[in-house]
Amino acid sequence: MSDQILWFATRGAGVVSLLLFTAVVGLGILTVTRWQSSAWPRFLTVGLHRNLALLSVVFLVAHVVTAIVDPFTALGVVAAAIPFASSYRPFGVGLGVISLDLLLAIIVTSLVRERIGQRAWRAIHWAAYASWPLALSHGLLSGSDAAAPWMIVVDVACIALVTGALAWRIRAGGSHRSQLALVAGAGGRPGPQG
Amino acid sequence: MNTAGTSLDLLSGRSLAAGPETHDEHVARYGPLPGGGGPNDVIERLEASGLLGRGGAGFPVGRKWRTIAQRPSGGAVVLINGAEGEPWSAKDRAVMSVRPHALIDGLIVAAEAVGADEAVLYVGSGHRTARKVMTEALGQRRLPLPIRIVDAPERYVAGEESAAVHFINDGDARPTTVPPRPFERGIDGQPTLVQNVESLAYAGLIARSGGTASAGLVTIGGVPHAGVREVELGTSIGEIVSASGARREATQAILLGGYFGRWAPADSAWDLAYDPAELRAAGLTAGCGVIRVLGGAECGVEMTSQVMAYLAGQSAAQCGPCVFGLRAIADATERLARGMARDDDLARIERWGGQLVGRGACRHPDGAAGFLASALLTFGDEFQRHARTRRCGDAGRPARVA
Amino acid sequence: MVQTRSAPRLEPLIDRIRCDGYGICAELLPEMLELDDWGYPIMASAGVPADLVDYARRAVAGCPVLALRLRAQPAGQVQASLVPARPWRDRVRSAAGG
Repeated sequence: MSDQILWFATRGAGVVSLLLFTAVVGLGILTVTRWQSSAWPRFLTVGLHRNLALLSVVFLVAHVVTAIVDPFTALGVVAAAIPFASSYRPFGVGLGVISLDLLLAIIVTSLVRERIGQRAWRAIHWAAYASWPLALSHGLLSGSDAAAPWMIVVDVACIALVTGALAWRIRAGGSHRSQLALVAGAGGRPGPQG
Repeated sequence: MNTAGTSLDLLSGRSLAAGPETHDEHVARYGPLPGGGGPNDVIERLEASGLLGRGGAGFPVGRKWRTIAQRPSGGAVVLINGAEGEPWSAKDRAVMSVRPHALIDGLIVAAEAVGADEAVLYVGSGHRTARKVMTEALGQRRLPLPIRIVDAPERYVAGEESAAVHFINDGDARPTTVPPRPFERGIDGQPTLVQNVESLAYAGLIARSGGTASAGLVTIGGVPHAGVREVELGTSIGEIVSASGARREATQAILLGGYFGRWAPADSAWDLAYDPAELRAAGLTAGCGVIRVLGGAECGVEMTSQVMAYLAGQSAAQCGPCVFGLRAIADATERLARGMARDDDLARIERWGGQLVGRGACRHPDGAAGFLASALLTFGDEFQRHARTRRCGDAGRPARVA
Repeated sequence: MVQTRSAPRLEPLIDRIRCDGYGICAELLPEMLELDDWGYPIMASAGVPADLVDYARRAVAGCPVLALRLRAQPAGQVQASLVPARPWRDRVRSAAGG
């Protein structure tokens, strides 16, 4: 058992990472749709979104480190740093590497957001919509538990949550910005006669 | 209205219908543009004259020129602001169409006083006669600096100083809020003197011979003989509008300053002196020189709803409070005008109006709020009558949109 | 005797163009910010009282679009400035006004 403990840690941390990441994406969409209730203010959505993102990085780091350190895997630092450089399932692992890189870019830019300005931050934040499916695919293609029934349930639940949130976003909108020109223009009159 | 002093004959002495004054006629009237005296003399004369900007803000012209002239180094640009986006104003068009050479004199004097090496004439794209006359007149003169003509979009805010510069630099006629202001960095990053057409024309006259800025142009509307007039500042408003056919007993109220101006009841406005400083002290404004008389048969509520609908549509649509606030106010005032008001419409108009000031990136909502507040004050009884009884005016006829 | 120099007061500034009506600022600093009928903030007063500075900073951090910021109140000025400053990175060519 003890020589497998790193392997279990890698798998466990990976699953937890995915769950947290899924929640983060859901909360991000909830932020932009400006959802609130009498018991759930908007700052809670934003705060949870940020804090869970940081927490997911912790588990992600644990996932990567235990995988590298594990003597039974052929994965080294190179495999974790360079996409598709691993000898074990290069494609699946590579997707994970890309997902990790994107996530790190998002986290770092978010931490220095006040310095880099809103536009730069927002441009990189869109990468989240790429990072999450890459993480999911990484698990499906190179995860040890991908075929296990419980993992399939987890995967399906995560997919359902994110697609549901996306559908909600498309329907509910959120930003007023696109409406501004419309509302201003509606009924604009030439003004009274002199 | 007397004609003593050369500052008071920008428009007088020649019918506006007679077409543009030629350069020869202009020189015959004023003499050739004097070359002597330095820039400092000119600026001192302007400061002594008390000439205030006539575009609406009323900033002292001499002080503006001095600020730009005192820059440490580098060139400058003169922007002649002939956008005249205020629908009820026609004075700048009148100057450009009929006294182009007086305006060009002002440009030359300004360029020399502030050391400008480039000029731009910013003309409202709908003001075709003015543009045509100015183009021809500019061609007849030997100018000390290159000038280009730029067509201003026909938007209400396009004539705002930072909007003009923004449009000329980037093609976007929306006001900016970022410092620096145009007098520090404007067109192509150069210090830019943005001056209204009327202000520049009078500045040219004052630079020649000094004196006080005792005259101004007004556009009078809602009267039998509407149009642009040159008046001696200090003349009573009643005298000014009577000369255009208004009758005191048939006047409900008078709007001074255009859509960003203020209403005043006829009784309080009639004997008031038309002077920028005195008007401001009375809580009113000369603004861009618009004087609109509201006659007995007209409805203040109706007029307010039309102006608010226009201003709502003229928003730059960048800021939520302006877009949604003005739209809601326009819709509610229209319901009031039509006698279809909901129970809380009037209360909400007052609340929304009070929330407009300072909540946009530019002063558009502020201007609209000022107009609205003065309308609610001046036509308070009429608003109440429309809200409670759905009837209009003393005759009690059903309220309806004209 | 210790001479204390009071720190300059901070005032909140809202970039009205960037603001998109999230309303999180008003949740986190209700003493100074409330929302209008469309969810946009109304600033209730000028300088931030010393005991609210931390909450004000949290409100700044909480805005998803960085529309709120705090700046040192210029000396002698009591009224909150109504002119928001936009970082130089935002001075990009915007679409032509409608």
